[in-house]
Amino acid sequence: MNLHEYQGKEILKSFGVGIQEGIVAETPEQALKAAIQLQKETGTGWWVVKSQIHAGGRGKGKISGTDQSGVALAKTLDDVKRISENLLGKVLVTIQTGPQGKKVNKVLVAQDVYYPGESKPKEFYMSVLLNRSSGRNIIMYSTEGGMDIEAVAEKTPHLIFKEEIDPKVGIQPFQARKIAFNLGLSGNSFKEMTRFVMALYRAYDSIDASMFEINPLLKTSDDKIIAVDAKVNLDENALFRHKDYEAMRDKSEEDPTEVEAGEHNLNYVKLDGNVGCMVNGAGLAMATMDIIKLAGGEPANFLDVGGTANAARVEQAFRIILKDPNVKAILVNIFGGIVRCDRVAQGIVDAYKNIGNIPVPIIVRLQGTNAVEAKKIIDDSGLKVFSAIQLKEAADLVNQLLKK
Amino acid sequence: MSVLVNKNSKIIVQGFTGNEGTFHATQMIEYGTNVVGGVTPGKGGTSHLERPVFNTVADAVKQTGADVSIIFVPPAFAADAMMEAAEAGIRLIVAITEGIPTKDMIMVKEYLRDKNTRLIGPNCPGVITADECKVGIMPGFVFKKGNVGIVSKSGTLTYEAADQVAKAGLGVTTAIGIGGDPIIGTTTKEALELFMHDDETEGIILIGEIGGGLEADAARWYASQKNKKPVVGFIAGQTAPPGRRMGHAGAIVGGAEDTAAAKMKIMSESGIHVCTSPADIGTTMASLLKTVDVTK
Repeated sequence: MNLHEYQGKEILKSFGVGIQEGIVAETPEQALKAAIQLQKETGTGWWVVKSQIHAGGRGKGKISGTDQSGVALAKTLDDVKRISENLLGKVLVTIQTGPQGKKVNKVLVAQDVYYPGESKPKEFYMSVLLNRSSGRNIIMYSTEGGMDIEAVAEKTPHLIFKEEIDPKVGIQPFQARKIAFNLGLSGNSFKEMTRFVMALYRAYDSIDASMFEINPLLKTSDDKIIAVDAKVNLDENALFRHKDYEAMRDKSEEDPTEVEAGEHNLNYVKLDGNVGCMVNGAGLAMATMDIIKLAGGEPANFLDVGGTANAARVEQAFRIILKDPNVKAILVNIFGGIVRCDRVAQGIVDAYKNIGNIPVPIIVRLQGTNAVEAKKIIDDSGLKVFSAIQLKEAADLVNQLLKK
Repeated sequence: MSVLVNKNSKIIVQGFTGNEGTFHATQMIEYGTNVVGGVTPGKGGTSHLERPVFNTVADAVKQTGADVSIIFVPPAFAADAMMEAAEAGIRLIVAITEGIPTKDMIMVKEYLRDKNTRLIGPNCPGVITADECKVGIMPGFVFKKGNVGIVSKSGTLTYEAADQVAKAGLGVTTAIGIGGDPIIGTTTKEALELFMHDDETEGIILIGEIGGGLEADAARWYASQKNKKPVVGFIAGQTAPPGRRMGHAGAIVGGAEDTAAAKMKIMSESGIHVCTSPADIGTTMASLLKTVDVTK
């Protein structure tokens, strides 16, 4: 589950991780109040107004049709108000949102942390994530902060360091010291960094996170170590033990059809193609998408109906697929194991009649238990449904229908 | 021969008396699997499906001599169940449970490091040795006895492959569903290795999907081997967009070797016969083994 920057920072702060302070606002008036309050609390002279959307690249992204960046520096209270007005309720397009962009519902008014002082501010990169090959968490960090880590990995891989955490004992102070040394720190900022790393990993472990990305991680001119941005992802499978974080889910950031599918326990991901599909099992669903592509179409979605493909679920799945106006045909691919194909076939026929008018051709491939009986049910139904038993036949049918 | 399980394996079911456990244990028994009992804490001393129920795995092992355990325990308690089985000396744990927190699996993986226990899964369909022993939730009738080993991350795609193998006139020794989670007990490479050393297995089908480096690791290991059996490979998710989770928690395209295209390339270069279409898995295997019997 993705969190907004302001939510991620709130959690980090509760574990003693240093952050760039800020107050979230939903209107320009709230933003103004937030800026005044923040000045009182932190003494900040300037502010940074940051769009809160679930996508990266906000600083370089622009509000659709304008020159307003998604993250902007405000030197006066008037600036705070003006920038907030430019951002709130508008659509922000970044490299990660796609051309359609994302609506900005909230802004974070944050303190300016790049103030001048005894030393120069310095940006670093730090993330915590699972190393799948070892089955252990790692802290990945780099002296090259503030830029795209993929670019750093490509151009200067020797500037990326990894520290693996032994799950039996958790992070140890020597590891935090090693990280601080490798980042070239000394004196007070060195101590601050070791404290930051220890707190950060403890937060990661305590909240069942699946990813932290702190970029930039900043050493300020007065040697504080703080997270200027925070990307926090939580392990969906562990939300049952973190009900308070589950409440942080922002459904407005998710595709409404995907949210609806989730409420019906259907695993649906919307894609940009023209052939919808309904499949049991994630692997077979991906393979079915591949078959659609090979047959000359483009998959319009990923949809796993799960192990119990009964009539109600099949009907709901049809309704969800049909919400996408780009769908020109639907391929149903069910491998009946413990689920009997004839029952699924009856479910399809019932769903078809209940929905009333399905404007696109449906290709049904049922294989496994009672596949032959299932084909007969489909063929005898008199509906505009094409049936197949072999995967190859189904692919050929998709190809023929798309050519029409 | 065959790998992991056979007609002599003694199986216990953890989460025996729950809905899932009861349903699938019944199916396993009908298939002919030697289910010797089950474990449900608090119900020890009772009987279920005409088999004894124990409070602990240790009791079950002591009383029945069980060497294999299948786990249907809910996600919040599944890690604990796996560690209990390992501690009791179970040789093979098959964890069916879906939705176990990653943090719990990190602990399990660590716990198993110095134990003589192999874990299959979690979030997997299980293991089946055709006509002998089904330790899983797969439809048994799809798996005809033969000489092809199957290792797969996906459940239904395993059934699809087994069905195509049968239609091509071949059959299966053992099929292993390794699961699609980010942390799993037995890797693609380890499963491939088991089949390479099994006398009965003549060809191997390797089904992977986007995400992680398991298929690339397996392919590189295969390339380094001298005595090779033919391997047919397929990677699901050639059309999956990057960064989106496709059902399985591990199925997200991330790093450079994560994509279907990258995996297929490494597999091809390692001498694996890669199918672009999932419809061609069975026929490709048949042409390699050249044993297609048209009368079947």
